[in-house]
Amino acid sequence: MMTDIPVIQTTYLSKSYGSVEAVRGVNLSVRPHQITAFLGLNGAGKSTTIKMLLGMIEPSSGEGKVLGKRIADPAESVELRRKIAYVSENKRLYDYMTVEQIIRFTRSFYTDWRPDVEQQLLRSYELPLKRSIKSLSKGMRTKVALLLALARRPELLILDEPSEGLDPIGIEQMLESLVAQCGEGTTVFFSSHQIPEVERIADNVCMIHRGRLVIDASLDDMRQSYRQIDLTFSSLPEEKELRLAGVESIRTSGRQMRVFVSRNAEVVVERARDLHASSVEVASVGLREIFLETVKES
Amino acid sequence: MFFKLTPTTGQPLYLQLMQQIRHAAESGALQDGDQLPGIRTLAEELVVSPNTVVKAYSELEHEGLLELRQGSGAFVTVKRRARSRTDDVHEARRRVGELIHALREEGLREDEIRRVFEAELLHATEVVRR
Repeated sequence: MMTDIPVIQTTYLSKSYGSVEAVRGVNLSVRPHQITAFLGLNGAGKSTTIKMLLGMIEPSSGEGKVLGKRIADPAESVELRRKIAYVSENKRLYDYMTVEQIIRFTRSFYTDWRPDVEQQLLRSYELPLKRSIKSLSKGMRTKVALLLALARRPELLILDEPSEGLDPIGIEQMLESLVAQCGEGTTVFFSSHQIPEVERIADNVCMIHRGRLVIDASLDDMRQSYRQIDLTFSSLPEEKELRLAGVESIRTSGRQMRVFVSRNAEVVVERARDLHASSVEVASVGLREIFLETVKES
Repeated sequence: MFFKLTPTTGQPLYLQLMQQIRHAAESGALQDGDQLPGIRTLAEELVVSPNTVVKAYSELEHEGLLELRQGSGAFVTVKRRARSRTDDVHEARRRVGELIHALREEGLREDEIRRVFEAELLHATEVVRR
């Protein structure tokens, strides 16, 4: 059962609106039974990509498969949407219904509905059953949308900015729910620009910037390989001496150099010693620094 | 058991969890035969991916510190076997190595670490002498 066939796979997936290239040649590969975060600034192309994956908008070029179904094929994409639970960015719901009605309505469409999870989430989210969706706050609407997706046992759960509008407690509950879903074998793919939440629960990070995929890696690998190396020299070498494989950026200030590497930190340190660095300091970097550095460089 | 994982450091979460379980076994907080929480339970409690817990448990099983029993979970196996001196030294070296690595990660310099070690050893000898 534990196959490693990607749940989502795209090749050169692109979308243009007139002269605006929203998504540019994205090759995504999302592994099953894991939590993958789709990280990017607002407007980086996250929602456009997700909507293409769900067959809601047509790619300009390139292709993709989700759960083995071709996303651009209308028939296959309808079939696909039954196997996916999706929480959209704007959490569009039927405004005229009450919370109770929309749950009953949604429940009737899915065979994988789980009353136990529904009850548990109703309690922990403290949702008012008799209130109409229209009258709910943004955070409450988000919680309703989450409940409708999480009370199923889909193969794949896709969430577009699930934490938007949630307070810290709501975010915590949402993260717990995602972890629980993954624990039951669901593949979770969620977009976010909130680094702390990504850093906590994600197995993998796909980072998109200006429509391009700039990082696709396991978060634990990133923790282990990204480093910031501060060097001091009595006479500064040329930057090109340190432009080794894995070096993402070099900044110079006075007699100091700050080298940002995505791998091969030990090779850079060795080279610095050969260049007679008087001080070498290696520091680990968090996802925030990696994100900012990558966004700056590309 | 209390565990605390720090997502912002340069150390993979599964390694942090492994170290904390190992430490708990070494300090006696976890003893032979103790059961660890289930994968989903611990993942939800720590709010980390279940795969983090899976990886830590399976690596620790590989090391022989945990035993995974079909359907009933993970159990600590701390063998009170008579180890040879070489084994002890070997183990000590591994632990010191790990500690030094961790200290380096936290930004301590070589000479600072050495000074700390020497100071502590000196302190320990003095305590023994009294």
